[in-house]
Amino acid sequence: MIPVLLLFIPLVAGILGFFVKEQKGASNLAIAASVVTLLTAVVGIYAMPASMHQFEATWLPSIGASFSVSLDGMSKMLVLLTAISMPLILVATRSNKYSNPGAFYALMSLAQAGLMGVFISMDALLFYFFWELALIPVYFLSSIWGGEKRIAVTFKFFIYTFIGSLLMLVGILLVYLHTKDHSFAWSSFTNTDLTSGEETLPFFLFFIAFAIKMPIFPLHTWQPDAYEQAPTATTMVLSGVMVKMGLFAVIRWVLPMFPFAAKTFAMPIIILSVVGMIYASLIAIKQDDIKRLIAYSSIAHIGLMAAAIFAGGTLGLQGVQVQMFNHGINVIGLWIIANAIESTLGTRKLSELGGLATKAPTMAILLVVLAFANIALPLTNAFIGEFLLFNGLFQYNIWIAAVAGVSIILGAVYTLQMVQKVLFGEVSAVTANATEINCYSKWVLIVIVVFVVVLGVYPQPLIDLTKDSVNALLVIK
Amino acid sequence: MNAIIVSALLGVVMMFSGIFTTNKSLIKNIAAVGVLVLLAANLMEMYDLFAFDINTHDLIVTQRYGLFFNSIAYLATFIYIVLSGNDITEVGVNVAEYFALIFFVLCGVAILSSFNGLLMLFIGVEILSIPLYILTGSDKRNLKSNEASLKYFLMGSFSTGIMLMGIALIYGGTGSFGMVHTTLRGVVTASQPVSYLLVAGLLLLFASMSFKVSAAPFHFWTPDVYDGAPSVFTSFMSTIVKAAGMIAFIRVFENQFTVLGPTWRIIVDFVIVSTLLIGNITAVFQQSVKRMLAYSSIAQAGFMLFALYANNTEIAKEGILLYAAAYSIATIGIFAVLIKLHDYTLDGFNGLAKKEPVLAFTATVSLLSLSGIPLTAGFFAKYYVLAGAMQAGGALWLIIVAVLLAAVSVYYYFRVIQAMYFKSGDPQTLPITSGFKGVLIAVAALIILLGIWPSVLLSWLYF
Repeated sequence: MIPVLLLFIPLVAGILGFFVKEQKGASNLAIAASVVTLLTAVVGIYAMPASMHQFEATWLPSIGASFSVSLDGMSKMLVLLTAISMPLILVATRSNKYSNPGAFYALMSLAQAGLMGVFISMDALLFYFFWELALIPVYFLSSIWGGEKRIAVTFKFFIYTFIGSLLMLVGILLVYLHTKDHSFAWSSFTNTDLTSGEETLPFFLFFIAFAIKMPIFPLHTWQPDAYEQAPTATTMVLSGVMVKMGLFAVIRWVLPMFPFAAKTFAMPIIILSVVGMIYASLIAIKQDDIKRLIAYSSIAHIGLMAAAIFAGGTLGLQGVQVQMFNHGINVIGLWIIANAIESTLGTRKLSELGGLATKAPTMAILLVVLAFANIALPLTNAFIGEFLLFNGLFQYNIWIAAVAGVSIILGAVYTLQMVQKVLFGEVSAVTANATEINCYSKWVLIVIVVFVVVLGVYPQPLIDLTKDSVNALLVIK
Repeated sequence: MNAIIVSALLGVVMMFSGIFTTNKSLIKNIAAVGVLVLLAANLMEMYDLFAFDINTHDLIVTQRYGLFFNSIAYLATFIYIVLSGNDITEVGVNVAEYFALIFFVLCGVAILSSFNGLLMLFIGVEILSIPLYILTGSDKRNLKSNEASLKYFLMGSFSTGIMLMGIALIYGGTGSFGMVHTTLRGVVTASQPVSYLLVAGLLLLFASMSFKVSAAPFHFWTPDVYDGAPSVFTSFMSTIVKAAGMIAFIRVFENQFTVLGPTWRIIVDFVIVSTLLIGNITAVFQQSVKRMLAYSSIAQAGFMLFALYANNTEIAKEGILLYAAAYSIATIGIFAVLIKLHDYTLDGFNGLAKKEPVLAFTATVSLLSLSGIPLTAGFFAKYYVLAGAMQAGGALWLIIVAVLLAAVSVYYYFRVIQAMYFKSGDPQTLPITSGFKGVLIAVAALIILLGIWPSVLLSWLYF
């Protein structure tokens, strides 16, 4: 029952949201729904027996599709991430003003419902449904409330991912015809009569869809623009949770479905990922716009996770799951700072900022902690994740691990450069009248920083949560 | 037989109703009730209740499948008349005649879904087409409407000639007017090569049917005719009529591949690919939404042809029905909105969401359905026909080309959504009643319902 609730609470809140007219009511409704979802997720995962974690109902028996959702080891982590990030995002951006606020918050809730659906569905057709449905609200959110070039940029993003989705649909059909009982169930999809040679084509049909979403070099070109132009609350959803859809889908679907192909093509994919890491890091160094900088930094981080997935091994896969959660939380923190700077100072350009450490000391401390987390310093939550990832990569191929390691150094360069330009140096004309960030953002950031430090010192809960699923995955292989 | 006779009778009734009353809305209501009667008569036949018992000597054989298609077509017509009936009455003065012609078209639909021989196919196609020539030209004072009508008539008669020629040659080759697949079976198994006469005949028949469903390279009439005809009739022509043509196409070429061998597949491949390419790519460049929808209807025909490709698999047969329903309802929905606007260009849609949220919402749901986004009927329609093609052992490259072109279609469908929601403007609309809005919401709900449970529709096929 729990997964159904996780799906329907935001869904209902989203539908109701369209009928709320004023800003406060709409935002309260969305926040209330997201908090209830969070409580349901936490109680459901930690306090409910496993029998409550599954739900199945007939949907289209004639073609073998069912409404089958499950909160298993693989999805717990991302369900938690989705459930935690949503209230954080909504509270932190509560003071942002939107035209037609009812629709804005309604679409945010619908996006959450779509994301939840992606993570919990255990039926390929249902998964495809939610995969698309998560995209539609984000399309409207970015196109209506985004920046100047929003329409063209968001459209590019939409077409990109839609092409991927359609290829995946062909892949789903292809695998479906090879299932033994003509069913879309995950268990049937992971137990097909595809020979190792026949795996190649569907593997790529699926993988391209997921690679676009992550994104992996050279399919990443939609991402910086889309992040920059989307309203910041939506950017947070996009980069905090939505890009994890691609990584998650590879772990959930691609690896168990096409074990041979995943092994055969691991090397080129890992190389592409590592190239993407270095490339994105280098570009990030040259960025003057905070949002674009975070976007490129995000590409670099995701690249590492993608490489580790295909490198295989227990530690690497566990690292990916842990890091998906940590990266989600951390990057939302960075976006909140970017949002605060943009909404109070009206600029995102690093060259126009400076000296905020004296003007806004609390924000300065929080930003520094987040920056440390972004370069995975020990005692921050990202450290353990990146350690596991590099460990996995190292065991796969030492040279690739060495090249990928360069991105850590580059990561330190652009992150610390950003901190320096924002917090220190001369107070500029723009920052002369800067004030402390508002209390909503501040408290959310404090919560995030607590996560960063606590999970950095004691990451065991995250590892426990993912252990079973990784073992299960290795058994399938 | 119920549907054929009742629709013909209703056509006559509508014609005479024009003599007794000039009240436009009364005539419209008679037509709406008439369609319901027709639907009821057809449903009765589905459950083996015959109002007429006529021995047609196997010229007409009604099967549940064809009757079910009739029901879908009539339901779509009912929605169409309820939504756009008022606009039909605004086209010209001979209101009753328009509705009469629509009923004659529906008679043609019923024949096309139940013919059992090439002669009845020919009669069905003619009964379907001739009223359309008139409807296209019904806006008498508009030069474009006249031009479209003449063009349609000339090209249509030409293709009819080709069809007759084809039928004659097939008769020469097989000695029978029977359905192609049954007569062929006798001819081909006689361990002789298929005669050239027969092949030529089949090719001509194929070309003329492609013309009727506007498949490339026989599509040239479509944009001009759809653009020139009064918009209400374009809506009717591009949905119900086209779906009926498609059903006839698929029925007449049933099982051809198993009999005629793989060479035929190449021809079908070519027609599908060129239809999809021309329809989708040309639609991208259109500035007028009405013309864009004309090209989009060519593109959608390309998808429907997959059912021809995948003939005889269960899922493809279900798929074409679902496709017909999804495509017709969505197109009727978007046309109903289009008709209410003064300006048919993309800019004419600017800011519609602010001014008329209900119209914009239904138009959006319709467009999403046409582009095949999940949660709308269009997704399952595409899914079923593609799955059918794949199950029939179809070429994977063809399916991949099709889905990539479906991504292209998103480009032009979404430009309308962008205009409505993301751009500002002050679109001029005709007066909009709240009843109209209510029906529009029902249409959107129907599209979404079919997008979640297509089995709602398809289970009817069996029970």
